[in-house]
Amino acid sequence: MDRTTSEINPSGGMENRIGKYVDRFGQEEGCLIMILHAIQSDEGYIPREWVLELSLALGIPVARIYEVLTFYHFFKLTPQGKHNVVVCMGTACYLKGAADILKGVEENLGIKSGETTADRLFHIDVARCIGACGIAPAVKIDDEVIGKATAEKIIERLNQIKALEGGNGN
Amino acid sequence: MATNLEQIKTEELARQEKIRATFKICMGSGCLSSKSDALAEKLTAIFAARGISNDCEVKPVGCRGLCAVGPLVRYTDKDVLYSEVKEADLESIADDISRTPCGGKIVNTNSNFFKKQQKVVLDNAGSINPLRIEEYIAFGGYFALRKVLAEMSPGDVIETISRSGLRGRGGAGFPTGTKWKLLAEASGDEKYVICNGDEGDPGAFMDRSIMEADPHKIIEGMAIAGYATGSKKGYIYVRAEYPLAVKRLEIAIEQATKLGFLGKNIFDANFSFEIKLRLGAGAFVCGEETALIASIEGKRGNPSPRPPFPTQSGLFGKPTMINNVETLGNITRIIRDGAEWFASIGTEKSKGTKVFALTGHVANTGLVEVPMGMTLREIIFDIGGGVANGKKFKAVQTGGPSGGVIPEEHLDTPISYESLAALGSIMGSGGMLVMDEDDCMVDVAKFYLQFCVDESCGQCSPCRIGGYQMLKILEKIIKGRGEIGDLDKLEKIARAMKTASLCGLGQTAANPVLSTLKYFRQEYISYIEGGVKYARQMKRG
Repeated sequence: MDRTTSEINPSGGMENRIGKYVDRFGQEEGCLIMILHAIQSDEGYIPREWVLELSLALGIPVARIYEVLTFYHFFKLTPQGKHNVVVCMGTACYLKGAADILKGVEENLGIKSGETTADRLFHIDVARCIGACGIAPAVKIDDEVIGKATAEKIIERLNQIKALEGGNGN
Repeated sequence: MATNLEQIKTEELARQEKIRATFKICMGSGCLSSKSDALAEKLTAIFAARGISNDCEVKPVGCRGLCAVGPLVRYTDKDVLYSEVKEADLESIADDISRTPCGGKIVNTNSNFFKKQQKVVLDNAGSINPLRIEEYIAFGGYFALRKVLAEMSPGDVIETISRSGLRGRGGAGFPTGTKWKLLAEASGDEKYVICNGDEGDPGAFMDRSIMEADPHKIIEGMAIAGYATGSKKGYIYVRAEYPLAVKRLEIAIEQATKLGFLGKNIFDANFSFEIKLRLGAGAFVCGEETALIASIEGKRGNPSPRPPFPTQSGLFGKPTMINNVETLGNITRIIRDGAEWFASIGTEKSKGTKVFALTGHVANTGLVEVPMGMTLREIIFDIGGGVANGKKFKAVQTGGPSGGVIPEEHLDTPISYESLAALGSIMGSGGMLVMDEDDCMVDVAKFYLQFCVDESCGQCSPCRIGGYQMLKILEKIIKGRGEIGDLDKLEKIARAMKTASLCGLGQTAANPVLSTLKYFRQEYISYIEGGVKYARQMKRG
């Protein structure tokens, strides 16, 4: 198992890093979710080989870990795009036209919500509520929250990002 | 040696005294999204360039409430509030130090939006820098904790909370003192206090703003709860979607531990208490007590039947009490100002204030805190400034996916747990969504039901199957393919869900449908009678 996992992850260090997470949270009862958060925060999603390794480190069956992973919306099992576009679909945003914004973004990027573009540059998600209801409708692109959004405003921002990425030769 | 609160307070007040001009910049999530952090940097640079850095302070603060016109900057010494501030305005705002303020867009702070509110939970929000514990102490912070440890027995504390009449702000309104008493009386050495910061209700951001603006208040409230109930450990369960709240709580816990307000022998008393943060992962059902406990244990957030209640067997099988963020935010003021003072605010059975997130088609979207007993009309029209864009008011939705809609004719109802329940809605956690004449009630009901169907854990069939079937019927109606008998079917399934579901999510999921059927039945009938043609007209077909 150890050999295979390190081969799958050529960058290596996975076991070391899992060891670190386990040291940081592992003393606490019920630490699994906190460790999964840490992995996703570093890796962008929860790769299967990490789950296998974590299962060994914590002594929790793989099925139990997946039971948790698939229950919570927050955890991603596949790689996300470099830039994550989250359209808030909370009530306040919905009432103020979030559905039109989502449609505009989906059309612009040519993918549906929950999907990633072929070049892995963008990923679209909808959120339940990001708590920015005072400035609804809100859209989050990576760590930036854009309030009082319109489809045009978001597409303009997406085009800026595309131009920047193009400029970097990606 | 216990930390000397007076000394920290005196030093901090003396420091603030020396500053000639303080500019408080809102760093709540709303204003931050309009780059208020960049404004703070720029203003600091302007003061430096003018050589007045020592006299002027740029202070990051939490939410001031008027999110609609953010970013907000407040020049406290002259009591001026600037709205929609842009970087280009800052030079002119800095000029206001030496003249009658006229730079930037100035908001009238004598308006009803500010005058009709009463701040108890949010008293520090927008005033103090949430990243500096000294400012919290300067405003009386941690004095309540010291008082209970020095002067009160755990029983006294519980008695005070009971006498204040405080009830849970998470929605159900259970008397807080009674809950504390249940935990205090539970046997066992290990007990837990949990702060529920899993604000999953879409359209609500009260708890988020409290945690971001005044994290120490929650920590102090939890420590007092720990002392009163005999618990040594607390958990704050926060949504992972609130990274700023998580960060500020982390910093606050570290600061409080360093000064000895958390840890062993707090204020040299025989009381130790520690707090751990736990992150949610995007499951609405985890706001339910037993599901939240399962989630902290690192499991799926499946609710479990009660009894046993958490105070009997909760986290890791130990007695546990769960209080909402806003509930805990009331504790310090009740201890400092007394149960009688608190009980003098509000109605006979609903005491104190309530924070509401005013959203939707209302002019002043944002966060407001009002005494219980204020009417919905006052909140929406006087404080909220009425419906935006000159449209006509149609209804207000309270309580999120578990609540219901309230039409115009009931707007003069004074807010209390009982009065809202009597109207077929609930107080809920405090979301207040205003809808105008153009909003379709059937669509809103469908929106909430879709939410509950997506969020159902799937464990019990009334919720899993009932919700899905209701949603299918609603989709049929809104496409203009409904039959008149469908309305009875909706009500029948709703009754079954209410009676037979395992947890609060399923028991209340049908409320938005039931209350729209009660007050806006005609809109459903229009879809049914008008058929596909009508649905197309309404752009739903």
